[in-house]
Amino acid sequence: MLLNAILKRLLATVPVLLGVALFVFSLLYIIPGDPAALIAGDTATPEEIARIRSSLGLDRSFWVRFAEWLLQILHGELGTSIFSGMSVSHLIGQRLGPTLSLMSLTLVVAIVVAVPMGVLAAWKQGTMLDRLTMMGAVFGFSVPVFVVGYLLAYVFAVELSWLPVQGYRPLSDGIWEWLRHLILPSVALGGIYIALIARITRTAMLEVLSQDYVRTAKAKGLGQMNILFRHALKNAAVPVVTVIGIGVALLIGGAVATESVFSIPGLGRLTVDAILRRDYPIIQGVILFFSMVYLLVNLVVDMLYVILDPRIRY
Amino acid sequence: MNKLTKLVATLGIGIALLTALNANAQGVLKVRPSGDVKTLDPHITSDSMVRNYAYMVYDTLFAMDDKLQPQPQMVDQWDRSADGKVYTFTLRDGLKFHDGQSVTAADAVASIKRWAQKDGLGQQLISHTQALEALNAKTFKLTLNKPWGLVLDALAKPGAPVPFIMPAKVAESSTDKAIDSVVGSGPFMFKRDEWSPGSRLVFVRNPNYVPRTEPPSGFAGGKKVYFDRVEWLIINDHQTALDALRKGELDVHEEIAADLVESAKKSSGVKVVNQDNIGVAQQIRMNSLQPPLNNAKVRQAILRAVNGSEFMQAVTDDTSQYKVCASFYVCSSPYFTTAGFPKPDLEAAKKLVKESGYDGTPVVLLDAAENANIHAFVSYADQVLRSIGLKTDVQAMDWATVTSRRTNKEPMSKGGWSIFISGPGGLDFMEPNSHLGLRSNCDKAWFGWPCDEQIEKLRAEFTETSDAAKRKEIAASLQRRALEVVPYVPIAVQYQVRAYRANLVGQVNPPAPVYWAMRRQ
Repeated sequence: MLLNAILKRLLATVPVLLGVALFVFSLLYIIPGDPAALIAGDTATPEEIARIRSSLGLDRSFWVRFAEWLLQILHGELGTSIFSGMSVSHLIGQRLGPTLSLMSLTLVVAIVVAVPMGVLAAWKQGTMLDRLTMMGAVFGFSVPVFVVGYLLAYVFAVELSWLPVQGYRPLSDGIWEWLRHLILPSVALGGIYIALIARITRTAMLEVLSQDYVRTAKAKGLGQMNILFRHALKNAAVPVVTVIGIGVALLIGGAVATESVFSIPGLGRLTVDAILRRDYPIIQGVILFFSMVYLLVNLVVDMLYVILDPRIRY
Repeated sequence: MNKLTKLVATLGIGIALLTALNANAQGVLKVRPSGDVKTLDPHITSDSMVRNYAYMVYDTLFAMDDKLQPQPQMVDQWDRSADGKVYTFTLRDGLKFHDGQSVTAADAVASIKRWAQKDGLGQQLISHTQALEALNAKTFKLTLNKPWGLVLDALAKPGAPVPFIMPAKVAESSTDKAIDSVVGSGPFMFKRDEWSPGSRLVFVRNPNYVPRTEPPSGFAGGKKVYFDRVEWLIINDHQTALDALRKGELDVHEEIAADLVESAKKSSGVKVVNQDNIGVAQQIRMNSLQPPLNNAKVRQAILRAVNGSEFMQAVTDDTSQYKVCASFYVCSSPYFTTAGFPKPDLEAAKKLVKESGYDGTPVVLLDAAENANIHAFVSYADQVLRSIGLKTDVQAMDWATVTSRRTNKEPMSKGGWSIFISGPGGLDFMEPNSHLGLRSNCDKAWFGWPCDEQIEKLRAEFTETSDAAKRKEIAASLQRRALEVVPYVPIAVQYQVRAYRANLVGQVNPPAPVYWAMRRQ
């Protein structure tokens, strides 16, 4: 039954992705800007620009270009960059490592910090610990990622020289090099995520901690930490997992700013650069890729519900 | 010689050899370039970043030295016939492409022809050419239909597109499509397998490159390479790039943002210099086809209203970063003249607006809001135009939209425009013939499409004479005529400021950043 549910959900992603593809393609078709003008350079004449536009096939009709792109996708291709001539799949592949590294480290940092924070804040509701946690959460939401990034870079990289200012090293360069280039960006990006998860965890825990079975567990003499992290947290996990899944979207958006501040060659920067240059195949390909990621993350979250709450069945 | 002396001599030679080897083994140079390449084909675009990349991997027949005089580069010997119509060029020995093939005269001929398809000066060269042919493997001949004084200037043209030399089989491809192969004969080789567009370009020393023996000068002279590897790291954030330079994660930061120059100057271990003494020509470009700026009096009014110093103060208060030239020629041009150029005068500008019969049509200003310089200029221009009685309509957009919108010749109701502000390289504003801004050949002119027969006549006269004094006269006459037509309004020359680690020495400063001659102390 679970397998059927998964298959149904996967099939349902196809029309969604088709809708996304049509929407993105249409949007890019109507926004102003011309990659041919950028390639031709500042001093090019309109005729030279028109020739380049024609050589790139950008003067063809909407439906011809859309059909060609759809056919490419059906063959597993996402098109070719107008500027570099490289395949979009190859470019995404180049940038996936840094983005996945940044996102996964941020996720780990956020969960490891935020979940216990939220649990403890709920346990000590109304105390200084609770208030400090909530203040921290407000700070995390309010201060933009790039401001936190600049501050961290100034203190830990420029002044203390503990960590590098910018750049990314793949795991093949050694785990420590990989990690030290990601610490500051992960902390910067994690702020908003920690804030979100901590608040939701606290709220969910407060509801669970007021349940009869928790009172019973205390009465039976179970240790506080045992009650909090083994019994209560498990029952509070559904909304927490939901917000972790939704937060993937936050991470991708926040990664753009973080990748710029710390010069990490990830998908966020690839997207922004492509938008500024109107490199349509990259924009289309990356948005389609992100859409697939969101849909898959939502699917994984939905499946996790089944594990966390046996009452949920599909 | 006794044994001790022999031993000392041997040790001395050994140390000298090791030092020489180490002097050449300078490792990696990390550079933050001022932008990213948009194509790998330097013949089809006037983009300056593509030109900068191409100077790494390609070479030219002639090149401009630091006095902007053409000098032989790939050419060993050349001569011109007594009637000035036949040029014969012989290539240097030992020139090889990165794939190991020798550079031949046929490659030179094919490359010149390809370059000339897109470049204005190249088109003039070809229009004066009766024949361009390889005589043998190393020699080629250019036969003109009449004497033309700009042959060497054309072959040494430093501004994009530059006449870089490619293998004939690549150069024979159409300029309607970018070349796919990157095979040059320059001092560096491009590592395409390590290229990450938008993130990093990597160049390695060309082991087969034979530099000239003269000292480096501008783009000319001996291009001796000391670094094994040069990495261009595309760091979009200016503050991050400056911090990286401070911490030694970068060696060179090209084009520092104007507001960070002061901070860079105070950084220890960092030197700050102007890239060159030519700069970029910041200007207000006007659309001569559509009202209200199709009225010459309105354009003259704007010229009188613009105070270059005040405009530049909107961007920086460091006066070493700019120079107001009060001329249509950049300050460092050999044809620089202030002949007839009026002083800024708002009252005179207001009077000209009244005299023009201005009917209140708004002046549409295209504001590339993400570019700090342009946004500051447009904001100030808006104030200035309103102060002399013009109505304005500032439209914010990104640079990509500006480059597309400015190609539109239609009225405002159909997406037209009146003004955009830009800073093309000063190299294109040096002399009447290749002057981007003064071209007034209507549809073929730069955006704004000024149309004036007299200016075109003067430009043609300039190219037909090689007499230096006469050329200066023509340049001054051209300026006086341009003050009546006003194809654009010069603001100032702004110098691109670069910063580098203080242990780097030997650099040359042509109008584009180059990485030969530079070494670490």
